[in-house]
Amino acid sequence: MKRIIAKQEFCMGCGLCEVYCTVQHSKTKDIVKAYNRENPKPISRIRLEMNRPISFAIQCRHCEDAPCVTACLSGAMRKDENTGLVTHDAEKCMGCWTCIMVCPYGAIKMDVNGKVVAKCDQCNGLDVPACVANCPNGALVCKEVTP
Amino acid sequence: MAKYVIVGASAAGIGAVEAIREVDPVGTITVVSEEPCPQYSRPMISDLVSGKADFEKMKCREDKFWENNQVQALTGRKAVRLDLTDKFVELDRGDRVNFEKLLIATGGRPFVPKIEGSDKEGVFTFTTVADAEHLAAKLQTAKTAVVIGAGLIGVSVTEALVKRGIKVTLVELQDKILSLLLDAKGSDIMENVIKKAGVTIITGQSVQQITGKPENNRVVGGVVLTKGEQMPCDVVIVAIGVVPRTELVTGTQVKTNRGIVVGNFMQTNVPGVYASGDVAEAYDFVLNQNRLLPLWPLAVQEGKVAGYNMAGKKTDYEGGTNMSALKYFGVPIVSVGVANPKEDAAYEILVKHEPERNLYKKLVLKDNVIVGITLINDIEKAGILFHLMKNRVNVKKIKQELLQENFGIAALPSSLRKKVYPGEIG
Repeated sequence: MKRIIAKQEFCMGCGLCEVYCTVQHSKTKDIVKAYNRENPKPISRIRLEMNRPISFAIQCRHCEDAPCVTACLSGAMRKDENTGLVTHDAEKCMGCWTCIMVCPYGAIKMDVNGKVVAKCDQCNGLDVPACVANCPNGALVCKEVTP
Repeated sequence: MAKYVIVGASAAGIGAVEAIREVDPVGTITVVSEEPCPQYSRPMISDLVSGKADFEKMKCREDKFWENNQVQALTGRKAVRLDLTDKFVELDRGDRVNFEKLLIATGGRPFVPKIEGSDKEGVFTFTTVADAEHLAAKLQTAKTAVVIGAGLIGVSVTEALVKRGIKVTLVELQDKILSLLLDAKGSDIMENVIKKAGVTIITGQSVQQITGKPENNRVVGGVVLTKGEQMPCDVVIVAIGVVPRTELVTGTQVKTNRGIVVGNFMQTNVPGVYASGDVAEAYDFVLNQNRLLPLWPLAVQEGKVAGYNMAGKKTDYEGGTNMSALKYFGVPIVSVGVANPKEDAAYEILVKHEPERNLYKKLVLKDNVIVGITLINDIEKAGILFHLMKNRVNVKKIKQELLQENFGIAALPSSLRKKVYPGEIG
């Protein structure tokens, strides 16, 4: 099971993680089109936090006993027993925002249309998630952990 | 004979099944449900009425949830009697289910006050999918509705009716709508939004009589308000609240107050008998006392805790509080804990209000600890604030940051951050 760890001491606050996360979760996967043309606008599921001199990027921690899964009113938020990931099914999501209320990391966002939520899916299928792959200073790393 | 018997298959029952199976993969489980179609999301019944969701979308677990968890699901059946001496539950056809461990998760029933004419055709309550289906069918012909009660359910059904093109009047006995969740300012913001959607809101009054149609007195034709005003309508929805369904334990040793009294393991005063969800009085960590809190996420959590303990894994319920996220009329709201403190001197209030974009954020602090959160139209950091609240974190040094738009985990001083988020950002 993979976990993404933020290395605060290496983070420069450049925000490329947000950019590449946005592109990875866009329809076109093209940086210019994703930012300029796509409607609805894709959003980043990682958040760069800054409080100079401190900065780090944070996204869904895929908690072991995830509060969002317990709280979810529609069954859209599930814990995948095999991968350990907390998955979100946008088709099932009713956009009630209960998960946003209980996420300790503030890692769940409303999509731009305000209809459903969006969160980190560890770039489903990619070996290395986009935020990790494109961090220029090793401030985001992937780590294998035992469930 | 089942090792575990669960009466009720909604939020708490589902949570309990999942928890039991985490600990005990083989012990037999029997679930008794009055509804023919369990494992659906009750909070979604408004979406069924508005047309936003069908029943398929409302299922909150996989189709084979009961089979996959090896549960004997007795659906469309009612538990009518509990025998604690011989440890069985008697069902509606006289059959008995013996148990070693029992969970009472019977939920609540809608409270319908004594109103003359409340037995007329066209009067609805709104808690189950059957209620929603009956209401939706009636809307084929109805044009106007009166909703009694402007709490969560009342506002939710009002929105669904508006989406179906029904002209709605929302009647609330308190002088503000959503009064259990919002303070006066927050309530005003919501009231204006709902009025703009074409809803008539009447506060400080209730309905004293439901009248019939001139051509057929058995069918709803209108209401008479407390002050005597008459108002024609085709349907009336009573959404005043729910009362715990404690009748199964009436006459037994199981202790009740307004709901069933439980301890931290969600166990009643009778060993082996547990209660969870809307029927139970569980712990409120803000008020530091047990009380009724009929909310879906808390019911799931309470059911989980009961399930773990029933299966032998000692687990404390950490407690909940009055907490809701709202999406009605396109306005995102989060309300947790104390929204409206009574003796203002004991509390410190932090507020950010930008009327031009309907933004309202308020924190209620007591001894530098957050005890109340209200967020309207900027809710994405709600969970971080809730985390600080639940962990009783002293926020004295970061008060100025808490309501800023860019507030986040980085706003916490590093020593505090390491304490509140151990091992996460390193």
